[in-house]
Amino acid sequence: MSETASDTRITAEITRIPLHHPHMRNWWLLFGLSLLLLGCFFVAAGALFLNGVGMWGNNIPVNWGLAISHYVWFLGIGHAGTLISALLLITNAHWRNSLNRFAEAMTLFAVVCAGLYPILHLGRPWLFYWMAPYPNTMTLYPQFKSPLSWDFFAVLTYLTVSLLFWYIGIVPDLASVRDRAKTRRAQVLYGLAALGWRGSGRHWARWQQAYRLTAAIAVPLVVSVHSEISLLFAAGPIPGWTSTVFPAYFVMGAAFSGFAVVLMIAVTLRHALSLRDIVTERHLDLLARFLLATGLMTAYGYVYEVFDALYGGEKQDLATLHDRFTGLYAYSYWGAVIFNFVPLQLLWFRGIRARPAVLFLIATSVVVGMWYERYMLLMTALYRDYLVSSWGEYHASLWEWLLFAGMIGVFLAPFLLFVRFLPVISAFEVKEALRETGDLRHA
Amino acid sequence: MAQIFTASADTRLRAAALLGVVALVMALVVLGGYADSSYATLVGWVEHQPVPFSHQHHVGELGIDCRYCHAAAETGAHAGLPSTFTCMTCHSQVWTGAPMLAPVRASLASGKPLEWQRVARLPDYVYFDHSIHLSRGVPCVTCHGRVDRMPLMSRAQPFQMQWCLDCHRNPAPHLRPPAEITRMDWSNWDEEPGIHAVYGELMTKVYGIEPAKLTQCNICHR
Repeated sequence: MSETASDTRITAEITRIPLHHPHMRNWWLLFGLSLLLLGCFFVAAGALFLNGVGMWGNNIPVNWGLAISHYVWFLGIGHAGTLISALLLITNAHWRNSLNRFAEAMTLFAVVCAGLYPILHLGRPWLFYWMAPYPNTMTLYPQFKSPLSWDFFAVLTYLTVSLLFWYIGIVPDLASVRDRAKTRRAQVLYGLAALGWRGSGRHWARWQQAYRLTAAIAVPLVVSVHSEISLLFAAGPIPGWTSTVFPAYFVMGAAFSGFAVVLMIAVTLRHALSLRDIVTERHLDLLARFLLATGLMTAYGYVYEVFDALYGGEKQDLATLHDRFTGLYAYSYWGAVIFNFVPLQLLWFRGIRARPAVLFLIATSVVVGMWYERYMLLMTALYRDYLVSSWGEYHASLWEWLLFAGMIGVFLAPFLLFVRFLPVISAFEVKEALRETGDLRHA
Repeated sequence: MAQIFTASADTRLRAAALLGVVALVMALVVLGGYADSSYATLVGWVEHQPVPFSHQHHVGELGIDCRYCHAAAETGAHAGLPSTFTCMTCHSQVWTGAPMLAPVRASLASGKPLEWQRVARLPDYVYFDHSIHLSRGVPCVTCHGRVDRMPLMSRAQPFQMQWCLDCHRNPAPHLRPPAEITRMDWSNWDEEPGIHAVYGELMTKVYGIEPAKLTQCNICHR
């Protein structure tokens, strides 16, 4: 097939970004901010390494605190990237092609943030590798009954597969950037990253195999990894963590928060990088529909949890339910309900779904709401368990908030580097979709 | 436009990737070797001491009991290092003018203790208790080695967790009569008359030692 005019335009439009970034000043401003946040991370983590977790607010009975609620939150956000990329690839939904690359990058960096939290939450973070089964002088082996072990394998597997999937996907586009690069250094660096891609028929056949195979591995991981997260709650004898809806509820919540972040990034990139004819209104509309659908499924989880407690009639479950509605951390429950589901209802209207700024605000509300949900699930259950003698309160210390600010930096800094130096949209897949359907708007 | 890469670039990239893998494997092998090396475990390495005290002379030749200097071994968690007065019980009478003992005399005069350097040191997260090990009959030599043959003190065992666990998983062969706890040479123990061959098995029952409990984390990490 010969290169058509629109093909050339799309490749040029996408590959120009890493070579001649359109908004360097704004990029530097944002990158400066993210470096500042990254600095916060190093300060907070450094202080933690020196002083130990005692400087955080968590203690018995709430020994998980912000660290673990953020862990669940970040990991959940990551899942949408895999869903968009892998699930929609396997189901041949071509409209994904304008979204998958940056959604995958989002997954990758969100998983890194998520994985750092349980490590920092260890008493001796520098010994985290003890969770790996390797021959050692202690003749110790990981305790496979421990949720910590599950976390280690879940995050490591997910990180590896996400990285592979993202990298395999980007190789042909790196070759495009290499071919258009003007300076010697850019040519060599992009060339090395492209691993000698020449676009031969054999390359493409192998690439198709590898890409679809990784996708097929990645999709079940979304379900298994986040089910694991929900079951690590269930492993503890804590009222309010025993509902059988948990795995489904968590996976849906993860997809919900992740789609919200993808929507935020899509609106921002579309505006900042002038990609209006690649990330079209139809894409935003579809993302908004996904957000609405996963949001309603998450809402079902809320309803089912209440039903479960009422129907079960267990005294302690009812007490926890009561605490959720009116207890010390009731604000997190109502915060989750309001931020998650109230603005979401606007997405029923087609007119709203066509307005990027409004979509951005709704998505932000969802991200906040899902943060509240993770926090609520931990706090309301942990601070009052079966024994009155082990009741206690939890208040996050400033160091935990500083670490959270820092973790946003850990997410943003590499993401901005990705936006600056790599093709943020999969040019060849967009072209493929275009060729198969004729028009990107209906692709 | 000139070619960026030569025709052999692919091969070189593959070779580099292969080298990377080989380097990784090598690094793992080296790390594994390091973890067990005496450089990491300090086995056989002499600590610098304020006075070059010879266990060989005092224990092996003079036959002074370990507990004369390490007095708290049977009653406390730490065996303890001797105070200057302990040295001076003898050295106020013998070798009173020896240049080698000048720091001991200076310590007595100034009241400032000698700064002995611990040789058998465990990490701070290990709660090792001498008294229980001694009262159940784990002899000194098991952990500290043949100190009666050490002119200068060095570590005899690696003190890695696997070494602790080897005994905690199967304590019977390591038990001896508590009355002979400081005996250094046990090479003929099994051939000695009496019930020696089954002593350990018997005493685990007498003492009620349960190996399954000895390997629980909080036995040593509290």
